[in-house]
Amino acid sequence: MDTEKKTAETEEKTARERWEEAYACREERDDIEFSTISEIPVKPLYTPEDVEGSYEEKLGYPGEYPYTRGIHPNMYRGRVWTIRQFAGFGSAKETNERFHYLLEQGQTGLSVAFDMPTLMGLDSDSEYSLGEVGVEGVAVDSLEDMEQLFEGIPLDKITTSMTINAPAHVLLAMYVVVGEKQGLSPEELGGTNQNDILKEYIAQKEWIFPVEPSMQVFKDMLVYATEHMPKWNTVSISGYHIREAGSNAVQELAFTLADGFAYVEAGIEAGLDVDDFAPRFSFFFNSHIDFFEEIAKFRAARRIWAREMKNRYGAKDERSLKLRFHTQTAGVSLMAQEPLNNVARTAFEALAAILGGTQSLHTNSFDEALALPTEEAVRVAVRTQQIAALETGVANTIDPLGGSYFVEALTDELERRAYEYFERIDEMGGVVKAIENGYQQGEIAEAAARYQREIEEQKRYIVNVNIHEPKDESDVETHRIDEEVSENQVNRLKELKERRDNEKVQECLQAIKDAAENGENTMYPTIEAVRAYATVQEICDAMKEVYGSYRETPVI
Amino acid sequence: MGFIILDRLSTERSLMAETTRVVVAKVGLDGHDRGAKIIARALRDAGMEVIYTGLHQTPEQIVETTIQEDADAIGVSILSGAHMTLVPRIIELLEENDAGDVLVFVGGTIPKDDIPKLKEAGVGEVFTPGTPTKKAVEYLQEAVAAS
Repeated sequence: MDTEKKTAETEEKTARERWEEAYACREERDDIEFSTISEIPVKPLYTPEDVEGSYEEKLGYPGEYPYTRGIHPNMYRGRVWTIRQFAGFGSAKETNERFHYLLEQGQTGLSVAFDMPTLMGLDSDSEYSLGEVGVEGVAVDSLEDMEQLFEGIPLDKITTSMTINAPAHVLLAMYVVVGEKQGLSPEELGGTNQNDILKEYIAQKEWIFPVEPSMQVFKDMLVYATEHMPKWNTVSISGYHIREAGSNAVQELAFTLADGFAYVEAGIEAGLDVDDFAPRFSFFFNSHIDFFEEIAKFRAARRIWAREMKNRYGAKDERSLKLRFHTQTAGVSLMAQEPLNNVARTAFEALAAILGGTQSLHTNSFDEALALPTEEAVRVAVRTQQIAALETGVANTIDPLGGSYFVEALTDELERRAYEYFERIDEMGGVVKAIENGYQQGEIAEAAARYQREIEEQKRYIVNVNIHEPKDESDVETHRIDEEVSENQVNRLKELKERRDNEKVQECLQAIKDAAENGENTMYPTIEAVRAYATVQEICDAMKEVYGSYRETPVI
Repeated sequence: MGFIILDRLSTERSLMAETTRVVVAKVGLDGHDRGAKIIARALRDAGMEVIYTGLHQTPEQIVETTIQEDADAIGVSILSGAHMTLVPRIIELLEENDAGDVLVFVGGTIPKDDIPKLKEAGVGEVFTPGTPTKKAVEYLQEAVAAS
């Protein structure tokens, strides 16, 4: 009896063993790397053996700790993500027209792209603004531009996200006063300002002051908005730019959340209770082309944030534990050759963000490796989201990939690797110290160089760039910025400065300087100054006198 | 000045052989430096001596650095859309300072229509997103050898 049984056991293989043997007999492609863009090895098959922990502990239900499956009990069954296309170019009037166009096409929230001078705290007439006015975004020098920007847009009915960092306090002040002129109190205004200065030093590189005073400005805004603007997201803690600058998904996840922790600590330092402000922290991630890795990244982000907010910072309000995020499809994945291919890239990236449970989404336009998007191109981008929402059915159930052996294994792995980075940053003395040592910048430069090498060695592919290269060049019409924008802007500024009460402006600027010197909240005098039509540069220059300017030591 | 020089050790080599000296420059307010850094590395790996200017350089600062470092070429990286103003300005300043023989090449988000205009203004070549670094390196090696 026993001998018979033993023979049967040695002859019978498990299903897994049978598959492994069969797989080993087959060819495996050798032209491609079987790993994610972040170098996480990808196996041919994932099974229950690849997933650890219980459903309750690792996933839970949507709207409940640890929020892996989503932050709301109903997610897109209640309301699909907001279509929020980043837009801005030329004058405030032109951008206002684009805003109205996008709203007509079915977009549900606004997102403002400011020009380089505004982003750097400069006016259109600065010598450093030569050639830059209205070219990469909308030129905003004073409240007058801001009023034109939101002409015909009821700020109590529409939320606005403003991508602004170093001079964020000035633009927030302007938004508040525009609301005021519409008869609205700050309490009624909903939206976000990016206001994530730490990632500027790391990646986006739009700075004015050195790190410490910038963190002080952050605290001022946080305290002000926590008290007066309950519907306002005080920060959009960003990974998008970190990724664009060259990081991989693990670094994007880790550096972003680490910045988030630094902002939580800043809020606590400013004397607030974590549950007072954490509910209004929001995030902004990239959605890159490695499909499943991105989905896993979003899910890991939710779980990590919830855990750390609860255990490390003792947050009690569940809204403090919920990671809400906006996503933009990866700009860096867009190619100039055969631009229509970018529609496919953007669609895949958008799908990853949706399957990852994003709260709002920007899809890139196919011509954006060449210029700012034309109306036609941005319409295709909006339609991409609408097709996903209305035709594909992916929004009909919550976290559809939850329980996928592959996705759960990847989520766990990204989480594990992120914690390695948290430890390293902690050992360095925290995010600010790490930035001052050039740590994140170095990791990013290294990752960018590595990815480039892999492309050039054809270990990874970019279709129509290092494989299937086009024989002839395809042409698309691109958006052009009106050449008169700069001149008009400079003239308007000149007129404004003649019209306004310059004595009042000087008083206000002095009040800002005094507040900065004395460690008082600079938001209040900034609002006054903005109301008096002080310009972005005047306010930032005043603060520069107290705070100084930042100089980068480049890390290649 | 804030710029950094990659591989200063190769200066000795340059006394013996003609090492190409390239300035990789970020002009204007544009902060997108990923491509510039990758090109800087690629040129260095190809045996050239590279001076990376760092961010937020005015055309004047770039030309000053170029002359000071006796560079053969400037690679201007610009993704802000301000290229039609800033790049011709660099070339103008080179000429004003008797450095008109310095080769200027450009990388960034440049619409197709602008490429011939930049070349007319004196730019040697324009490389858009997706260009393999090898292409830029080879271009520079040939162009400098030819001059």
